[in-house]
Amino acid sequence: MSERADARAAESASALSTVGGVEISVRGLVHTYPSGVTALRGVDLEVAPGERLAIVGQNGAGKTTLVRHLNGMVRPSEGEVRIGDWSTTGKSIAELAHRVGYVFQNPDEQIFARTVAADVGFGPKNLGFDEERARRAVADALEAVGLAHEADVHPHHLSLSERKRVAIAAVLAMQTPIVVLDEPTTGQDDAGVRLIAGIVDSLVEQGRTVVAITHDMDFCIENFDRVVVMAQGEVRADGPAEQVFADVDALEAAAVEPPQLLRVARALGWSGTPRDARAFVDQLTEHRGSGSGA
Amino acid sequence: MTDPSAPMIELEGVGFAYEDAERFTLANLDLRIDAGTVTGIVGASGAGKTTLAKTIAGFIPLNEGGTYRGTARVAGRVLAEGTLSEAAAAVGLVTQNPFNQISGARFTVREELAFGLENRSVPRDEMERRVAEVAARLRLEPLLDRSPYALSGGQMQLVAIASMVVMAPPVLVMDEPTSQLDPAGTRLVYDVLSTLSDGGTTVVIIEHKTELLHEHCDSIAVLAGGLIVQHGAPGAVLADDRLTTWGVGETRVTTAARLARERGLLPVERALPIGVDDAVDAFSALKGAAS
Repeated sequence: MSERADARAAESASALSTVGGVEISVRGLVHTYPSGVTALRGVDLEVAPGERLAIVGQNGAGKTTLVRHLNGMVRPSEGEVRIGDWSTTGKSIAELAHRVGYVFQNPDEQIFARTVAADVGFGPKNLGFDEERARRAVADALEAVGLAHEADVHPHHLSLSERKRVAIAAVLAMQTPIVVLDEPTTGQDDAGVRLIAGIVDSLVEQGRTVVAITHDMDFCIENFDRVVVMAQGEVRADGPAEQVFADVDALEAAAVEPPQLLRVARALGWSGTPRDARAFVDQLTEHRGSGSGA
Repeated sequence: MTDPSAPMIELEGVGFAYEDAERFTLANLDLRIDAGTVTGIVGASGAGKTTLAKTIAGFIPLNEGGTYRGTARVAGRVLAEGTLSEAAAAVGLVTQNPFNQISGARFTVREELAFGLENRSVPRDEMERRVAEVAARLRLEPLLDRSPYALSGGQMQLVAIASMVVMAPPVLVMDEPTSQLDPAGTRLVYDVLSTLSDGGTTVVIIEHKTELLHEHCDSIAVLAGGLIVQHGAPGAVLADDRLTTWGVGETRVTTAARLARERGLLPVERALPIGVDDAVDAFSALKGAAS
């Protein structure tokens, strides 16, 4: 049983390796909507294959506009977006879907089929997967989001948090080297958030790139190594999570509240940046041992 | 209603199973909520939170088929015995998906916000004053002349909340009202809720963000398997050892404090902190003891 699972994992990993290793390059990106609103004012961003990157900032900062350039839903007014050796300018959304999977913030913008399995199977079919590969991609994706038992259900009968997971599965099934998640933890309960963190882990283990927009800073610092802070259509900070969350000025300018444990650490006068409860307690032990701060 | 000590919301043995469902979503549930308080409802997905919200608001059983039992009273009245519009006057319900709440009958956000008041024949002056006041509090002024359908998810969510707040119902029930809002928008909503409850409104809010509930609620109730399994002061409920077994996440501070306690750093008798302020108290006291 576990041998079969191992064989299957190895097989799907090798299927992925043929498409893996695609970098993202955004240069001088400006976007002005037809309404006249300029959502992006010159964004540069290079993302290496296999990175896990979070984009944070207030509503209206330009986060969604930026990531929608990656799969061609939005086109540059100025500047260029490259996905590997492709410039998005010459590519249709359907072509870009081979490399970039995008999960909408609102699953109801994305889900349309009459059963969960049909919805998740739509992408693989369009990408030209053969029947066996498509079937397995759908099964694996539904398994990953914990909805295998709901395959034949109409998405309408699921809760909003479950529909969100269907939307994630639909993108996982496309097995793209880059996965973009727009607010993946919205409306998820504790188990749902942990499940999504696990999905991010396994995608990165497979060498795929994960770009996520999130307002949940606890989720952000625990699951993303690199953080980009946006405000008013610009990147205000970009670097390792520890470094960005230590940049008080950039966070304040972008109205981003640091993760809870970091707020405690700052209030206690610590200089370190504990990323989770364990790291926090390790630092507590150190501070106590050294008697510092007394 | 005549007895001032009677709870504003009182559910006794309430059960509900949706039509064709195999089990009861709410099972013999009891809940008492006092007037003018803010109560948070937490629970795992599928625990029955949305069903509970609809039941408090009278939508269940008035507007939903299924098997209903028990008694739910709001201000002493059994909403199930009245009409849907009577229930709507007693309890304002902000639903989970704001898109479903837009009337579809009005062209601008301003008209959308006035829609419910118009239907109640509120005089024009008062209607305009109320809409302006609520729009200011939720920073919706720049959107007033936009179409309700040309808004982002977060903006639509604020409009849905505003359209209930303008009605000034004695009870306001909100089902994950801040799920699509950024932290600034979320704070605005909680500020408005605090002001409303200071003014006597009873607020019930379903929310996953326990740190916020700890800051703003008078009590928190945990729903699991269709039952209220715990209801009490936020600090006690959110530090309950069984919280995660009910599918509710602890705050990071609580998890860290639990770990510190396991390592003998935090005295066992010390209450587990939930938010930043009580964590700073707990951990700086430690440092003092160590030095």
